[in-house]
Amino acid sequence: MYVAVKGGERAIQNAHAWLAEERRGPTDIAELGITQIREQLSLAVNRVMAEGSLYDPDLAALAIKQARGDLIEAIFLIRAYRTTLPRFGASEPVDTGIMACDRRISATFKDLPGGQVLGPTFDYTHRLLDFKLAADGEAPNAPSREPETGNVPHVTEFLNREGLIEEVPHDDTPPPDLTREPLEMPADRALRLQALTRADEGFTLGLAYSTQRGYGRNHAFVGELRIGSVPVEMDIPELGFSVEIGEVILTECETVNQFTGSKTEPPQFTRGYGLVFGQTERKAISMALVDRALRWEELGEDNVGAPAQDAEFVLYHADNIQATGFLEHIKLPHYVDFQSELELVRKLRHEAGAQQVQEAAE
Amino acid sequence: MTEYNFAYLDEQTKRMIRRAILKGLAIPGYQVPFASREMPMPYGWGTGGVQVSAAVLTPDDTFKVIDQGADDTTNAVSIRTFFQRTAGVVTTTATRDATVIQTRHRIPEEPLHEGQILVYQVPIPEPLRFLEPRESETRKMHSLEEYGLMHVKLYEDISRHGHIATSYAYPVKVEGRYVMDPSPIPKFDNPKLGDMAAIQLFGAGREQRIYALPPYTQVVSLDFEDHPFEASKANHCCGMCGATDSYLDELIIDDAGGRMFVCSDTDYCEARQAMGHKGKDAA
Amino acid sequence: MQANTLSGGFTKPAAQSAHAFRRVLEAMARPGTIQDIEGAAPPAPMSPAMGAVLLTLCDTETPVYLAGDMDCEAVRTWLAFHTGAPFVGPAHCMFAVGSWDALAPLAVYPIGTSEYPDRSATLIVERSELSVKGATLTGPGIKGQTTLSVPDVDAFQTNRKLFPLGLDFILTSGARLAALPRSTKVS
Repeated sequence: MYVAVKGGERAIQNAHAWLAEERRGPTDIAELGITQIREQLSLAVNRVMAEGSLYDPDLAALAIKQARGDLIEAIFLIRAYRTTLPRFGASEPVDTGIMACDRRISATFKDLPGGQVLGPTFDYTHRLLDFKLAADGEAPNAPSREPETGNVPHVTEFLNREGLIEEVPHDDTPPPDLTREPLEMPADRALRLQALTRADEGFTLGLAYSTQRGYGRNHAFVGELRIGSVPVEMDIPELGFSVEIGEVILTECETVNQFTGSKTEPPQFTRGYGLVFGQTERKAISMALVDRALRWEELGEDNVGAPAQDAEFVLYHADNIQATGFLEHIKLPHYVDFQSELELVRKLRHEAGAQQVQEAAE
Repeated sequence: MTEYNFAYLDEQTKRMIRRAILKGLAIPGYQVPFASREMPMPYGWGTGGVQVSAAVLTPDDTFKVIDQGADDTTNAVSIRTFFQRTAGVVTTTATRDATVIQTRHRIPEEPLHEGQILVYQVPIPEPLRFLEPRESETRKMHSLEEYGLMHVKLYEDISRHGHIATSYAYPVKVEGRYVMDPSPIPKFDNPKLGDMAAIQLFGAGREQRIYALPPYTQVVSLDFEDHPFEASKANHCCGMCGATDSYLDELIIDDAGGRMFVCSDTDYCEARQAMGHKGKDAA
Repeated sequence: MQANTLSGGFTKPAAQSAHAFRRVLEAMARPGTIQDIEGAAPPAPMSPAMGAVLLTLCDTETPVYLAGDMDCEAVRTWLAFHTGAPFVGPAHCMFAVGSWDALAPLAVYPIGTSEYPDRSATLIVERSELSVKGATLTGPGIKGQTTLSVPDVDAFQTNRKLFPLGLDFILTSGARLAALPRSTKVS
């Protein structure tokens, strides 16, 4: 006798209870606090904010805790929360020219106004495990100096003054909103950049790397990479002027790329652009390279069939929340569709078998 | 869950989805783009169906959720619980009592009636997607009614296997115009799509598409004169209720690979058993 | 005037718009059927049915064209207050509202594109009465055939020829409505 499996509801509740227990781990080990995650795993927090499209370090830290350190799961939590938030309006565009830079480097000029600032970087650290960190270490103390104040001019502006780099016309058209309108092709650059800034870091990195290896190569130099905080201002119609509502840390990367030119136009360098929430420079550089690769058409370049040149391919597959959901859904029950395939294959095999028997008999 | 709006989605989002549903009904089988929202469940797990359900549910509805025909599969349980919590609707497992039924991969065995809405969860709404991966191309093909590629594919099946080798998500043509993906229902269910008394709504969250079949719409499964469409199922009857006309799940019941067949529609099977019908494997 | 503007909207927006939408959904899914709809009390000359349809479907993202005597101060302020919908001319509207004569000619409204036939206007037509007697309707949503009082058979036939492009219609009268999507054949 067969008894059908029941009790899905209880199974789900029990699974969730077990998950909660596993998340906490052994209770003789101190529980991780949100502030600890926020302050000591800040690069994970930054990634969750960037790909979650929500600038809130506390919520990102909470999501990381709840997700047991699975960053894509944490990004998912943030996205699902974000979508329920009311919208009060849009901020003014942030001005990265007045960024209070913690880090600012140029690979194209040895020195420049404002100087090169290495900042808190892993660059030049020898990747040797620091076993002192395994024990309780002393709080490190780095030397400090007065911060630079005032404008920090963009490197590409110096090139622009000589006409050496393509000019990007000023455009005040409100950009489309990827989270409020369905993604449609062809996507303009504003929409592509919006998709890339929240795109999966690994996917973006892989695509950017592929351009360096020749799949849509565009000879990128990091004209400038800067990380720091910028004020966010919002226009309040009742007041008639805009007020600062806070500040965000951003990473901005501007690449100076492959020059173009023709008989009528003198050669000029071209640009790629990356702008990402938080200290996220791998992502920002990757974004700039992919942005540049996607611009092949407007710059009159050949489509060599490289993945990074294919806007539809890049934009439809860059979102890790869409990707992970659909990938993982194949573990859901598919009895019904599988059963229909099973019947079909049996039928086809049966007929093939009958045919062989008949051929043998003949 | 008082902090969330009725049926979870905010009113503006519901209006956007509602407008898309109306356009979908006006152009049967055409995929209307909509700004799908990020839901608190993963893409691929019914976010499209959930958004459509959220947009059509009223507090007076009686709601049923099935996955693979069953009310008690884990994801059906999860979605049902979600709407119990966020919309406070009454839920049921009885097909005839439900006013809104959200489904994944099946159409209930019992014929639906007027006053009911069937909401499908759709993974890949584009029937041409596996022939042409580019949305820009498939959209053009629909606009030009250029469906030759689909017929070529089906015909290649016939020349290789002697049959059309599509057994689920079997493409249909709606009112002689749009080729439509009926979601991954077994082709056994295809004949129920057309001329149905209930409203059928299809939601694809990740792919951001909504489409619809009004009641009594002409829906034809693609086929050829010499290879007519054939709805098929396992050639058995249900081991529990003895039904001969229902779609069956195949179960492996012992280490020797012994098998039995049971209705995939749990409500249909239980109702039949309650009426005294008995299969050969029933107690 | 002020009181009139602020009142007449949905008092329980989530539940009332859900109920109202189901009436519109039934109407659009079953052309020719007449549905009751309630919840709105707009200023004249707008009927409660039309008001409820607009409250259910319109917001800041839906440009609305007010035709003829619908384009009056009372309706404008009421609709602006309750929906925030921007007012536009017929060529750019998503919804157009008015009497049949005021909405004419139909050729000016967006009918969608061959790749996006959904990007077309929905016309909400105020009628003095709605009756199940009149022209014969066939098509999706209709079992066999049905009848409905329609303003102009020729216009709907012309619209049907555009399919899958075309306009969709919601007819309102008092607290009742019916719909004629582009897929319906009228004779």
